[in-house]
Amino acid sequence: MSFSVTEPSVRTKWFAGLLVIGYALITLIPLVWIIATGFKSPSDSISYPPVVLFEPTLEGYVNLFTDRTRATDQMLEEAGPATTWYEQIARDRGTVISGPSRYGERFLNSVIIGFGSTALCMILGTMAAYAFSRFKVPLKDDLLFFILSTRMMPPIAVAIPIFLMFRNLGLNDTHLGMILLYTAVNLSLSVWLLKGFIDEIPIEYEEAALIDGYTRFQAFYKVVLPQAATGIASTAIFCLIFAWNEYAFAVLLTSGNAQTAPPFIPTIIGVAGKDWPAVAAGATIFLVPVMVFTILLRKHLLRGITFGAVRK
Amino acid sequence: MAQIRIENVRKDFGAFNAVKSSTFTIEDGEFFMLLGPSGCGKTTTLRMMAGLDLPTSGEIYIDGEEVGQKPASQRDIAFVFQMFALYPHMNVAKNISYPLRSQGMPRAQVRKKVAEIAEILGITDILNRPVGGLSGGDRQRVALGRAIVRDPKAFFMDEPLGALDAEFREHMSHELRALHDRMGATTVYVTHDQLEAMQMGDKIVVMNHGVVEQFGVPQDIYDWPATKFVAQFIGSPSMNFLDFNGSVEQGAQTVDLGDVRMAVPRQLDGGSGALTLGVRPEHVHLNDAAPYRGEVVATEYLGTTQIVTLKTRYGQVQARIPSNVAVREGARTGLEFDARTLTLFNANTGAALRSDANRKVLHHG
Repeated sequence: MSFSVTEPSVRTKWFAGLLVIGYALITLIPLVWIIATGFKSPSDSISYPPVVLFEPTLEGYVNLFTDRTRATDQMLEEAGPATTWYEQIARDRGTVISGPSRYGERFLNSVIIGFGSTALCMILGTMAAYAFSRFKVPLKDDLLFFILSTRMMPPIAVAIPIFLMFRNLGLNDTHLGMILLYTAVNLSLSVWLLKGFIDEIPIEYEEAALIDGYTRFQAFYKVVLPQAATGIASTAIFCLIFAWNEYAFAVLLTSGNAQTAPPFIPTIIGVAGKDWPAVAAGATIFLVPVMVFTILLRKHLLRGITFGAVRK
Repeated sequence: MAQIRIENVRKDFGAFNAVKSSTFTIEDGEFFMLLGPSGCGKTTTLRMMAGLDLPTSGEIYIDGEEVGQKPASQRDIAFVFQMFALYPHMNVAKNISYPLRSQGMPRAQVRKKVAEIAEILGITDILNRPVGGLSGGDRQRVALGRAIVRDPKAFFMDEPLGALDAEFREHMSHELRALHDRMGATTVYVTHDQLEAMQMGDKIVVMNHGVVEQFGVPQDIYDWPATKFVAQFIGSPSMNFLDFNGSVEQGAQTVDLGDVRMAVPRQLDGGSGALTLGVRPEHVHLNDAAPYRGEVVATEYLGTTQIVTLKTRYGQVQARIPSNVAVREGARTGLEFDARTLTLFNANTGAALRSDANRKVLHHG
């Protein structure tokens, strides 16, 4: 049989394929389980042995988005027959819906803080990276190392000082506070990543724009930014994933006003302590934005990961 | 269109001195070559004229206006980069129209102008293509289009043919020169290729180590180099140097290499000590009767001519002679130099000694 460096043999391909499928299954099982649990009834969700095939119900989602009280006969009488499908689901469990839950609010907080900090991080990061890449910044190497060094400990190590600082500044439990915090944590990563991307853009493009009669700032946003789009997109994904998933600071620094979804989801489980479908439904919905964002930008992400591996 | 004047321009990068006090004038409509080996400061000089680097000291005048410290965007010039620097996220038409849009020219007028330029350069059919897939020559034409579309005061080109393959370079250089003659715009062109410089340029500045070595029309520079560096850098094979110790009187018309007396153009200054006699290969003739002797060590066949390398008492000499003359390696023969073409150099400073023949050329200093 002939041997080729570039074309793997059929057997190798099969082996590689099986390996990838196996890995995908292992990583996807928890995800599938969470999504499935969201559609189970509470008893199915905790049955042992676990059920794989079950009758799907939206009870978990109804419970996630509503507050309910146990209904007395009198209350049922006053309320009359159920008018909507979700009310019907609640009635079937002997409860009436007393109002919307706070999940929507928390989810919106996550969106505001996650995307807000990502946007701020991109704006500041791109400009800082551009400056480090193009200008003679005094003590450039020291500054870059200093920026990187903020990554050398887990952010939570400085939780207490940050907590005290935020209390004094009145930033506790505010959207602004959380946006600033996540931006500060992510900025080092984004400056370093983006500097790499901008370094790769030949300076002649900007010089050409300068000659063509544009100011430096115009050259930056009309010529450099479009070409750095790939880098900005992949950096944005990394920043968003961190800010979106962050749990420890969110628990510590938010409670009412600016609480994000991660610390809220575990509290859904409620007093009875067995509403796993609602928790799973909350987690499923929480996954959606990052998934969509990542799928939209996945081409850039792949390029971002392999970036600079091969010199053009 | 404009005259460009460089006065005492100097550029330092930190402790490194890239350009030392350059002074020269580029006349309106000239095709002007900045020639030198890499690292000689030619590109830095061009970038200072364009405003991409600011001079440490000295003045730059474009069209009579001092622009030394002005940013590039205010100088009304065009620049063609070696790697073209076409904006990769725009198509051909957008690339060409980009300088016009910065001036806020109305759309219809922009479209008309771009079409006109595309016609001149013969790229009408690729106007809507992205620049990514273009061939080297088309990229070059688009880059030129972007430069000429605005009718700037001057064109600056930094080795614009450097990225093209040899065959196409030749073609493009003719195209460039033709375009210049048609537009009559002042053009400053940086190159390290002496053939390109002589072929295309109206005038040449030869730079080395940040210093202007010589400034003039190609033929003067070739025939009467001001320094040994210029003599060596220009011409292929380069000028032969015979190093000897001796002296020449003021007004002398001969010089003694040991016991051989050679005729030279009448010397105006004279000098003594370590001297160098420079002679171009085409001015060396093989003549068995000549007193200056050499031994043939190699011959190189070049079609109509051949290069014969000879070992002589004062150094190796290469002669360019017709290829139908039979020359045998190892043969001893006499060398005769064309007296009117010789240049004497001070071997220590490298500067040419002034003579009747080169005094008109050397007054630039």
